[in-house]
Amino acid sequence: MDKNIVFRAAAIIIFLVLPLLVKSNYLLGILIIIGLYTIIVIGLGILMGYAGQVSFGHAAFFGLGAYSVAVLSTAYRWPTFAALLAAVVVPGLLAALIGRPTLKLKELYLVLATLAFGILVHIFFNEAREITGGPSGLTGIPYLSLGGLVFDRDIKFYYLVWSTVLLISLGVNNLIHSRVGRALRAIRESEHAAETSGIDTASLKLQAFVFSAVLAGLAGGLYAYYVTFISPSPFGFHTSVLFVLMAVVGGLGTFWGPLLGTGLVVALGEILRWAVPLAIPGAGGEYQIIFFGVILVVIMIVKPEGLGSIIKFSKKSVEKGVR
Amino acid sequence: MILEATGLSKYFGGVAAVSDVSFSVGEGEIFALIGPNGAGKTTVFNLITGLMSPDKGSVVFKGRSLIGMQPHRIAAAGVARTFQNLQLFGRMTVLENVMAGAYLRGKSGFLQSLARWPGSISEEKRIRQESLDLLSDVGLDSEADLPAAALPFGRQRLLEIARSMASGPRLMLLDEPAAGLNTAEAKELAGYLKRLREQGISMVLVEHDMETVMDVADRILVLNFGIQIAGGTPHEIQASPEVIKAYLGEDEQVA
Amino acid sequence: MVDLSSQLLQLLFSGLTLGSIYALIALALVTTFNITGVLNLAQGEFVALGALLAASLFAAGLPLPLVFILTVAGVAILGGLVERSAIYPARGASSMTLIIITIGLSISLRGLALLVWGTDPLLLPAFSSGGPILIGGAAINPQSLWIFGLTAVTLAMLFAFFELTYLGKAVRACEINRTAARLVGINPGAMSLLAFAGSGAIGAAAGIFIAPLTLATYDMGFMLGVKGFVAAVIGGMNNVGGAVLGGFILGVLEIYSAGLVSSGLKDAVALLVLLAVLLIRPEGLVGVIAGRKV
Repeated sequence: MDKNIVFRAAAIIIFLVLPLLVKSNYLLGILIIIGLYTIIVIGLGILMGYAGQVSFGHAAFFGLGAYSVAVLSTAYRWPTFAALLAAVVVPGLLAALIGRPTLKLKELYLVLATLAFGILVHIFFNEAREITGGPSGLTGIPYLSLGGLVFDRDIKFYYLVWSTVLLISLGVNNLIHSRVGRALRAIRESEHAAETSGIDTASLKLQAFVFSAVLAGLAGGLYAYYVTFISPSPFGFHTSVLFVLMAVVGGLGTFWGPLLGTGLVVALGEILRWAVPLAIPGAGGEYQIIFFGVILVVIMIVKPEGLGSIIKFSKKSVEKGVR
Repeated sequence: MILEATGLSKYFGGVAAVSDVSFSVGEGEIFALIGPNGAGKTTVFNLITGLMSPDKGSVVFKGRSLIGMQPHRIAAAGVARTFQNLQLFGRMTVLENVMAGAYLRGKSGFLQSLARWPGSISEEKRIRQESLDLLSDVGLDSEADLPAAALPFGRQRLLEIARSMASGPRLMLLDEPAAGLNTAEAKELAGYLKRLREQGISMVLVEHDMETVMDVADRILVLNFGIQIAGGTPHEIQASPEVIKAYLGEDEQVA
Repeated sequence: MVDLSSQLLQLLFSGLTLGSIYALIALALVTTFNITGVLNLAQGEFVALGALLAASLFAAGLPLPLVFILTVAGVAILGGLVERSAIYPARGASSMTLIIITIGLSISLRGLALLVWGTDPLLLPAFSSGGPILIGGAAINPQSLWIFGLTAVTLAMLFAFFELTYLGKAVRACEINRTAARLVGINPGAMSLLAFAGSGAIGAAAGIFIAPLTLATYDMGFMLGVKGFVAAVIGGMNNVGGAVLGGFILGVLEIYSAGLVSSGLKDAVALLVLLAVLLIRPEGLVGVIAGRKV
């Protein structure tokens, strides 16, 4: 227990001090992106690691959050709070709509349904020019401003994003140790026993799905405010696969998994971006998808519960992290 | 009568797993279903708890039909069960298993759980205490913090019974609770079941251990190949020659 | 002078051509799924690799029939390699794990194609020269006839394989009951290898036949694979006839909505159909009509 507190305290200190040590804007930008993706992967981790479902459409929820902010803050001049609220409500409602019937189906069909939904939404971003600006996207998103505080510099955004990560981690930690969290874990262990204990498994899976979509939407909304310009390309199928990769790399159903997985995959992506052209002259960074694909396959074969369980400090501390 | 099953039938690919089985269980009664392997006893449990739906027949619990109800609603109506091949939540602790079983005793939803609302904290305390009490009833309180999968087999059986008790049932369906227990443990189990009966809880017991069955059961129904072949008190069953022939065999010791 | 009816007929021909390709992909998917329990989301990549490899071999000066044989054999071997390296080691894993593996395979193979062939589209000439054939005021491209032929031949070959050969019967036994299959000496591992090699071959053939119409690009496989799924799901995932019918329905629907409403809708239609089928009738639309299983 104490070991765990030490780790978490150390993490918070690193979180506070890190941007003071990082002098380059490039690195700070990467840290912000890691934070945003971690928010999504935490939600996906609940869905995959606890409710035992998988989604290949989470980039769409991410994108719906981003476009909600982009459209509402530019064309309709909504204030930050209202636009961010829309960024979580829109994906949440859509998730409830498609999740209700699909979660009753076998896992296989949920994969297909989320995949189809993800691509459809991506097509929508590209085609609905009047709303989304089509392939060229939307510009001129104002700075995020809450209570008179304007987040106009990366460092401010860094603290905002990582405070959000911290808050969500705390909430999820509460959740896991609560009535609902125990019920979700029970579903993962034995769906029959959970049902006959009175747990409405279909409804809880739906709630986990909606929750994960809401987190992806929130990250999308923050992302739009951060980059101030969005286009459809970051919200395609590949991003959905990357989120799943991040979730499984870090280890499903663990406290540190989402952060670990997101950090590793984003870092690897950056390394590949400059390493691949060095190794293969004339090659662009797009070849990194080969590596991501291979890594995903290897992890699923060798260690489907994720790398988090290899890197763990001791078996006991991780089990406590789960509890 | 708390439970009335009438004319239950279930076919798998044309083969009858259960055929025209009828029985009823009274308040505070321990009713035993016995019969050789493959006699359809577990299928009867699956039909009552909603994991399968019968092709024919009805199940009425406290005056309400259970047919077509989702399993979790049947549990909420007051029917709990254990599984023959243990379905514990293996990576959760012993206490957490019982607390998860106590899901119906709480109300906190997703958002209250996320935010740790004051109401959910006090509810959590209450459920924890009630679960610890249930564990001490079966003598597992000292193992509360162990992962469930780490318990020895016999203790896992007891845990599963404690977990199913946690939902606050009026009727318990116990699928071979004495399997894998040694004589002393089986005796302890029988004592526990009798105590539950004193609390007014009805039970349907599927069991191969005849000593336990004859000890605790008020009435017995014998199934063979999905068909009921005899019924009555333990005395009557022990005296029935067809039961001895069809099921108990020659070398089987009858208590 | 193009009147409405001949325009509709024209679109029908295009729809059936496209539908044939979807049907072929769906055939491979359904067969693999029923034998191995694996939903192979990398199936579309076999199509892309077939098209690309064929275009390269043809550009190198090989005659078309030889190109066909080499490409089909090459992608079939690749399918087998993929099965041995990624599917076989994970046998017995949950269907969720296996599906994530095939998605990983899909993006790896696409990346590999990008590495080898780059982003420029490659050209493969039509199999037979000569202009379009006119039927009822509408023109049909000779390449479409080749594609219809391929679909018919593949369907006939699959039928003959499953109904007439010992191996085919073994595969079906495997599908019905794995334990029983093992008891009578059929090795499910070998059946799985065969299924993947077979889907590689079918995918490659589809890729070679469609390349003259669409050009060959490294990223053509993904959407084709997804469309194959939609066709298979329309057909109920468990029967070959349904898959073929599903392919035709989807192809025609897609071409009509693109031709009559908006071309931007082309991909969306398939996905909307998929969602609708999954949500309303997950057992498939034509499962009931099309009768028997694989």
